[in-house]
Amino acid sequence: MSYTEFLAEHGSRLVSGAVVTAQQTVLAAILAVAIAVVMGLMRLSGNGAVRGTAVCYIEFFRGTSLLVQLYWIFFVLPLFGITLEKFTAGFVAVGMNLGAYGAEVVRGAIQSVPRGQYEAALALNMSPLTRMRRIIFPQAILIMLPPWGNLLIELLKATALVALISVSDLMFEAKQINGSTFLSIEAFGSALIIYYVMARLFISPSMRWFERVMARKMGRA
Amino acid sequence: MFDWRWDFVIEIMPRLLWATLNTLMAAGIGYGIALVLGLVFALAQRTPYRALTLIVRELVELIRSTPLVLQIFFVFFVGPQFGIRLSPWTSGMIAIGLHYAAYLSEVYRGGLEAVPKGQWEACRALNLSARRTYFGIIIPQALPASLPGMGNYLVGIFKDTPMLSVIGVAELMHTANALGSETYRFLEPYTLVGVIFLMISLPTAAGLRSFEAWVRQSLGMTK
Repeated sequence: MSYTEFLAEHGSRLVSGAVVTAQQTVLAAILAVAIAVVMGLMRLSGNGAVRGTAVCYIEFFRGTSLLVQLYWIFFVLPLFGITLEKFTAGFVAVGMNLGAYGAEVVRGAIQSVPRGQYEAALALNMSPLTRMRRIIFPQAILIMLPPWGNLLIELLKATALVALISVSDLMFEAKQINGSTFLSIEAFGSALIIYYVMARLFISPSMRWFERVMARKMGRA
Repeated sequence: MFDWRWDFVIEIMPRLLWATLNTLMAAGIGYGIALVLGLVFALAQRTPYRALTLIVRELVELIRSTPLVLQIFFVFFVGPQFGIRLSPWTSGMIAIGLHYAAYLSEVYRGGLEAVPKGQWEACRALNLSARRTYFGIIIPQALPASLPGMGNYLVGIFKDTPMLSVIGVAELMHTANALGSETYRFLEPYTLVGVIFLMISLPTAAGLRSFEAWVRQSLGMTK
């Protein structure tokens, strides 16, 4: 069977899988950014209990495997009465895992905003909230964007694991096609290429565009 | 509902601990392959042959931006299509080794680029061969700068070994799955796997940090 015939027969499944992967990526990314900002700020709190909570969260999710977390959320949480649908369980696990890595990025970025900026905001008698919101955080965003670009590619790759709880994403469809046709190179090769295109031609350029926009907004273009 | 059974924990612990050994072995072998192959990838991008540089660069990018599970499946299933049968262990080690080699090559590259230009010029002036330049002068200096990244990926490879369960490598996750489907109890196996991972990865990460500090100190590079 030629590759064009393969695509004619199975292309639509690969596309629908890619759409599910894109959905998982976007939802997980939103969750990861939200968790990263909250945990990153909590990690820098003056209150020991708040900081401790963030440290526990970050160390737990960075210390164990995503696959373990995913299985735990999908198979064990129902025993506690919390049943998530597989699609939800998938992006929640990926989002929570990458959120922990993101929290360290947020923390690092906030800490690398020059000290003088804090002092100036203090001298202007800004409240801690205003200082963070108007002065520190916008500058931190500029610093954290490049590492977030890498993290988002990691996140896209991580969503492939949701196939293991039968979410019908790109990985899952490739596996199914391989199972029914035994055309492994075509099935897995096409999926590899689609992932590559999503990462290199979609995530990387849009993050670079976002970096430029932010730099212009901050008057640093 | 929530009922944690300690007797069940004691019953499954021996099997999980055996599987932990397999996990550690998989991480160790995979890391060994990645360390060597990563250096090959990094050095191949520094040869005068432009085409080789471009091909290796693109290969590294391809490996880095596609999921490891997919690569594991790819290696495992593509061989038989050409009549080469690879065991789960072999294909798993090839996939995970290649994947992390791509990451480590970037770490090495960063380290090599951090070596001051004067060092290269001095090697040139002393007419050292390329081999002596790299192995005698450049790599020993590039190593300390690469250590933190190398350490991170050692922990990273350890945490990615559960993915090998998908092709049937009998590591921790695979054993937990098997225990779960034999007994219909998932709470203890999966929770214990999480705990075992934490108990290994947190001390390892801490140990690596002090190892880096020690290397920096013994090379007189204290910050």
